[in-house]
Amino acid sequence: MSQSAIQPAFADASRGAQAVFRSVMDAMSRPGRITPLDAGFAPPAPLNAAAAAILIALADFETPLWLDGPLARHGEVAEFLRFHTGAKLAPTPDAAAFAVIADPASAPTLGAFAQGTPDYPDRSTTVILQVERLTPDGWQIAGPGINGHAHFGATPLPGDLTHQFKNNRARFPLGVDLIFAGPSEIAALPRSTRILEAR
Amino acid sequence: MRICAEATEAELERAFADCGGVPDAEDVRAPEAGLVMLRGRIGGDGGPFNVGEATVTRAVVRLPDGALGYSYLLGRSARRARLAAIVDALGQDAGWRERLDAVLVAPVTARREAELAERREQAAATRVNFFTLVRGED
Amino acid sequence: MYVAVKGGEAAIEAAHNLLAHERRGDPALPEITAAQIREQLSLAVNRVMCEGSLYDPDLAALAIKQARGDLIEAIFLARAYRTTLPRFGYAEPADTGAMHIRRRISATYKDLPGGQVLGPTFDYTHRLLDPALAEAGSAPTPERAAAAESEASPHVTALLNHEGLIESNRPHDPAAPVCDVTRGALAFPAGRDLRLQALARGDEGFLLALGYSTQRGYGRTHPFAGEIRMGEVEISFVPEELGFEVPLGEVRLTECEMVNQFAGSADAPPQFTRGYGLVFGHSERKAMSMALVDRALRTAEFGEEVVAPAQDAEFVLSHADNVQATGFVEHLKLPHYVDFQAELALLRQLRAEWEADRAAPPARHAEAAE
Repeated sequence: MSQSAIQPAFADASRGAQAVFRSVMDAMSRPGRITPLDAGFAPPAPLNAAAAAILIALADFETPLWLDGPLARHGEVAEFLRFHTGAKLAPTPDAAAFAVIADPASAPTLGAFAQGTPDYPDRSTTVILQVERLTPDGWQIAGPGINGHAHFGATPLPGDLTHQFKNNRARFPLGVDLIFAGPSEIAALPRSTRILEAR
Repeated sequence: MRICAEATEAELERAFADCGGVPDAEDVRAPEAGLVMLRGRIGGDGGPFNVGEATVTRAVVRLPDGALGYSYLLGRSARRARLAAIVDALGQDAGWRERLDAVLVAPVTARREAELAERREQAAATRVNFFTLVRGED
Repeated sequence: MYVAVKGGEAAIEAAHNLLAHERRGDPALPEITAAQIREQLSLAVNRVMCEGSLYDPDLAALAIKQARGDLIEAIFLARAYRTTLPRFGYAEPADTGAMHIRRRISATYKDLPGGQVLGPTFDYTHRLLDPALAEAGSAPTPERAAAAESEASPHVTALLNHEGLIESNRPHDPAAPVCDVTRGALAFPAGRDLRLQALARGDEGFLLALGYSTQRGYGRTHPFAGEIRMGEVEISFVPEELGFEVPLGEVRLTECEMVNQFAGSADAPPQFTRGYGLVFGHSERKAMSMALVDRALRTAEFGEEVVAPAQDAEFVLSHADNVQATGFVEHLKLPHYVDFQAELALLRQLRAEWEADRAAPPARHAEAAE
């Protein structure tokens, strides 16, 4: 079979998924806080381990995935994710429950993803941005889950992400939630977060 | 994969015991219990509808030669799912297929056919012929 | 508004210990095992699987043991357990025409192809308690009779429809989504797929009463049991990563097709119409009740007037689920002290106003009376 190259994911599927769920929940509830996430396995490149672990923990056959150009070009990434999540690939960003972006330079705008509906704002895309580095400086952010204000940055990012995220905040309660996936840590900017000041 | 759906855990264990033990295999997906929603058809032959879920356990293993084996089985037995996945992987090798035919397929098929025959014959003993009796004035 | 209460941990723990003690009953008697329940109380197990909407005889038996035989509590346990498991997907629709038949009867066609097979049934028993069962003893060995190796068992209703006097099942659009009440809230009008799912997991007693009501004239549908069959059906599933069907094993199902007289309307000729029931395990009363209610819920489809409770989809589907029902009824016994205090204060105020009104100058009352 062609799938003989498929690599295992979590050693213990339920505990692995639970630990990742906890990390994502912590990251979402404390926007901008850098949260460790140790996947414990190596997915096929260019998918990074944290992004893979989040998808395997959260995605299933009912959550279509959208992969950006560099990820989609590597067939083994889609095969790995299909095997471990059972999820179908979404044809367009706005049909996706989860999206992964490996190349920020060519990423679609946040507005191109599913924004949810007024009755069901949860029916929006959770966008996972793969980054090389997360830093506790950069944007000054505020909002629910942040005591006063906090600082957070990541590289590399789409050039106008500050502007895009402000537009995203303006669509509240619609809009997407962002997860930044570094090699072994994550941080999140849910749609409720405001960027006060870009640096 | 069909024979594993019919084989009990004990039958799978016995088959491997007859082959000198369970071969080494890597867990690509360790046995995992989950649910599959079962469906019927409206009126028996119309469009599908959801009846209710069933527990299903699945596993994927890889043999040292790289062959992958899959299993999806009703119930919650992790051991049975793993053994079934190994059978699926081994079945891709002609030599193993022959051995499995002898130690697994033949005994499971025989047991299953005997059970089905027993079920059929027990049911047949309850076959009834109703007579309608004409009643009336004349 | 919900107001939380705190405290009572020690009392709650002691109550649960006492429950476990009561569950065990007389320790001089051997403890019942889940396997014994699975094998010897199999119809209770079937009901828990059906209404718990979870096919797993071992889990259902364990739930019955834990619930001390309270089947709705056991159904609740099964429903709670299922929420802990991931869903792999949707099985291919079961082909009940390929069932390994244990029982198949028809009240409409005497001479079925393959004959009527009574199977293990309470029908025709005299309902006399059997004192012999009070003592442990050996069960009789069932008789066996020659049977053809593989006998086709087509659905008789469709098979015997030579004259086109029975409604045909509609062809379906394979691309149309199948509603799933476990994935979205009930919405009305509900399609027949959603109605059948809600009925399949609905309370047997509720559906029995509704089915009975249609027979007694509250939305009469003139039913006949066209066919009832029970036996094992193979289930298969297409995993996303494989892309082809794999057999999962077999499950026991009971299917009922009701045939209902229909006088015809401006658009539809007089014909027999159909109601359908399909449930987990051997659950004949449930399958029949489901079929009666399914047909009653098709009232509007045949241009008939909705006049009875069993024909009102919103009423039937919103109240069929016994876990929802018991949750809402039984929550009334949990602490409502603050809500009640608020009501009490309101009532005191209303009472004071009422009494002040009565004590007010009688002139107004007198004028009003004149």
